[in-house]
Amino acid sequence: MTQGVPSEWQYVAGAYLVVFVTVLAWVAIIAAKLQRLQRQLADLVEKARERG
Amino acid sequence: MKLAALTTALMGAAIGLIFFFAPTDADQGFSQRIFYFHVPIALTSYACFGWGAWKALRYLRTRDERADLESYVAIHQGVIFGALTLITGSLWAKASWGVWWTWSEDQLVLFLVLFLFYCAYFMLRFSVEAGVQRASMSAVYALFGVVLIPVSFLAIRLSKKFIHPVVFTSHGPQMTHSQFFVFCVSWAAMLALFATLYRVELAGKRIDGHLRELRELLS
Repeated sequence: MTQGVPSEWQYVAGAYLVVFVTVLAWVAIIAAKLQRLQRQLADLVEKARERG
Repeated sequence: MKLAALTTALMGAAIGLIFFFAPTDADQGFSQRIFYFHVPIALTSYACFGWGAWKALRYLRTRDERADLESYVAIHQGVIFGALTLITGSLWAKASWGVWWTWSEDQLVLFLVLFLFYCAYFMLRFSVEAGVQRASMSAVYALFGVVLIPVSFLAIRLSKKFIHPVVFTSHGPQMTHSQFFVFCVSWAAMLALFATLYRVELAGKRIDGHLRELRELLS
C-alpha cells in the first residue's frame, strides 16, 4: 500500500482504471481488426484487377 | 462518428461530475464514488442482454441473419459490461465491506450466474457450425437468459438479510438530487458507450462477412 494515500482512494482509482483500460484494449483490438480488413480488401482489389 | 463524439463528451462530463461535483457520501465516504460507474455499468449490461434477447426473438420470427448477428454482438457487449460490473463491484466491496466477494448475497451470486450463463452462450455458439441451426440455438439460449435479468434485479429487494446497498426503492432513488443527477449522466455515458461499441463491432463483423463472400466469389 502506498504510504499517505488512503486505501479507499486506491480502490476508487482501481475501479475507474479497470474501466478505462478495458475500453482502451477494446479500441486497440478494433483498430487491429480494421487494419486486417483493410489489408484483405486491398488483396481482393488486386485480385479483381488481375482478372481484368 | 457523432455517436463516438457524444460518448466521449458524456464520459468526460460524467468523470468531471463524479470527482468535482458529487458530494462525498456521509455513510460510505469516498469509496461510494465507485457507485457512479458500477451501477450504470450493471444496468447497461442488463440492457445489452435485453437487446440481445429482443434481436434473438426477431431472428426466430423472421429468420433474418442480420438479427442473429445483432443478437450475438449485443450479448458480447453485455458480457464485457458484466465482467466490468463484477470487477468494479468487487473493488467497492473490498473498500466498503472489507471482502472481495461474499456468497451470502443473493444479488452478487445471481449476477454471477447471469454472467456465467451468457459466457456459456459463446461456448454453445462456437460449438455448432455456422448456419440456421446455430442461429436458432443461439437465439433460444439468449431468450432463456433474459428471464434471469428481472430475477437478478429484484433479488436484492426480495432478500431479507443483505449488506448490498439498496438505492432504488419503491419510494424512489435514495440519494440527493445532485447524486441522482451525476448517476443519470453516468448512465447516459455508459449507454452511449454501449451504442458506440455495438455499432463499431457490428460494422466490423458485417465487413468481415462481405469480404469472405467476395473472396469466395473471386476464388
